[in-house]
Amino acid sequence: MAEFNKDGLRNVFLVAIGVCLVCSIVVSTAAVVLKPQQLVNQELDRKKNILRAAGVLPARADTDAQGRGVDELFADFAGYAVDLDSGEILDDVDAAALDPIKAAKKPELSRALSKSEDVAVIGRRENVSQVYIRRDAAGGVDKLVIPVRGYGLWGTLFGYLAVEGDLSTVAGLGFYSHKETPGLGGEVDNPAWRAQWPGVSLFNDQGQPAVRLVKTRSAPGSAAARYEVDALAGATLTSRGVTNLVKFWTSDLGFGVFFEELKAAP
Amino acid sequence: MAAPKEVLVDPIFNNNPIALQVLGICSALAVTVSMSTTLVMCAAVIFVTTMSNVAVSTVRNRVPSNIRIIVQMTIIASLVIVVDEVLKAVAYDISKSLSVFVGLIITNCIVMGRAEAFAMQNGPFLSALDGFGNALGYSVILIGVALIREPLGSGTLMGYELLPRVADGGWYQANGMMLLAPSAFFIIGLFIWAIRSWKTAQVEESEYEIAPNIQYREVM
Repeated sequence: MAEFNKDGLRNVFLVAIGVCLVCSIVVSTAAVVLKPQQLVNQELDRKKNILRAAGVLPARADTDAQGRGVDELFADFAGYAVDLDSGEILDDVDAAALDPIKAAKKPELSRALSKSEDVAVIGRRENVSQVYIRRDAAGGVDKLVIPVRGYGLWGTLFGYLAVEGDLSTVAGLGFYSHKETPGLGGEVDNPAWRAQWPGVSLFNDQGQPAVRLVKTRSAPGSAAARYEVDALAGATLTSRGVTNLVKFWTSDLGFGVFFEELKAAP
Repeated sequence: MAAPKEVLVDPIFNNNPIALQVLGICSALAVTVSMSTTLVMCAAVIFVTTMSNVAVSTVRNRVPSNIRIIVQMTIIASLVIVVDEVLKAVAYDISKSLSVFVGLIITNCIVMGRAEAFAMQNGPFLSALDGFGNALGYSVILIGVALIREPLGSGTLMGYELLPRVADGGWYQANGMMLLAPSAFFIIGLFIWAIRSWKTAQVEESEYEIAPNIQYREVM
């Protein structure tokens, strides 16, 4: 055998291929072995976000006051696929397998929004989305959770809006992903601010989306006060973004038609 | 040949990668808002630096010098991906808040710097100690920064309430700047000042001297 030459072409190729092989085996083994656990975590995280938005699960704990865990609490909720244009529940579509955010990127599964329609600045809206419903003993709607998203200051806020059984009173709003400034717009995660949402009315007497984040609240008890939430101090654009995204997703382009359908036939 | 103990302990204060070499600042700014993310980040860097030093040192006599940087990068990148995958599986919430910064360990100059400067010349055992020591030096500074930023910025430490904030009905007016990246710059600057006042050997000589003003008459 020829003398070993460290910098020879032969050795360069051997080392390059060897390192790549070993590293790719290590990386792919890690990815494959850990995949199931990662999927479990993602699913658990999504359930937690939904439960927190609905006010069922406290913000910083994994069990509620009675000590019930995430899976137990989530078992009360049933997922449905909803056609946003017709407002109908699609029984033949598996809601758990839906990914509305991915669908919104595909032209065949979504529709482009014109500038005037696109108040939440999301570009495209999916045709089919998912909702979670908790039913009361009589079979009526007790809580409804819908996914919402919209542009704030630095990026899109992703979250869930929970609605009470009357389909017009907010039960809670929570964001699970956003890029707002910590301490300013990032206060959308502040439990004290989020505590204002339950009880706010989504629609005015004409049935139009009416929720607004305001700097100065109207007098308590006045007609306008029912639709108002304090804006975030120092975060005008985030506050405007939250107003717009709630407006969009409760309008007829969002889940408005579905709300009507659900009211007619719970 | 350096003694094992020196190799391990030196980088903590005498030759700290952040305070003296001023490397790895980017992640020091980004992850020190809260103590729990800082600790996880430190553990990740300790693992990656130690393991990459060992791996690079093991193959150092075989690697052709013209592709050595690529080989080091490949090894480091693979280790970082493994760490990222493990975090996603066992500590999902923390991996979410660390987001891209685990991936950015790849570009952390400390990891690459130790592989190139130390592991290419020394055996696996010494290299492991060197990697561990340097990552420890990095961790000491990061933990110090987080120890200041988290209580002042959000009134908590490891998520437990230390100073009740005004926003939650307490008395402490949180310092919002501590939540933003520049505050880590200031704190690291103060640390460097403190360390160099303590160990004056670390003070660098000025690269140039400011010349005294020349009088008009002298020029003529």
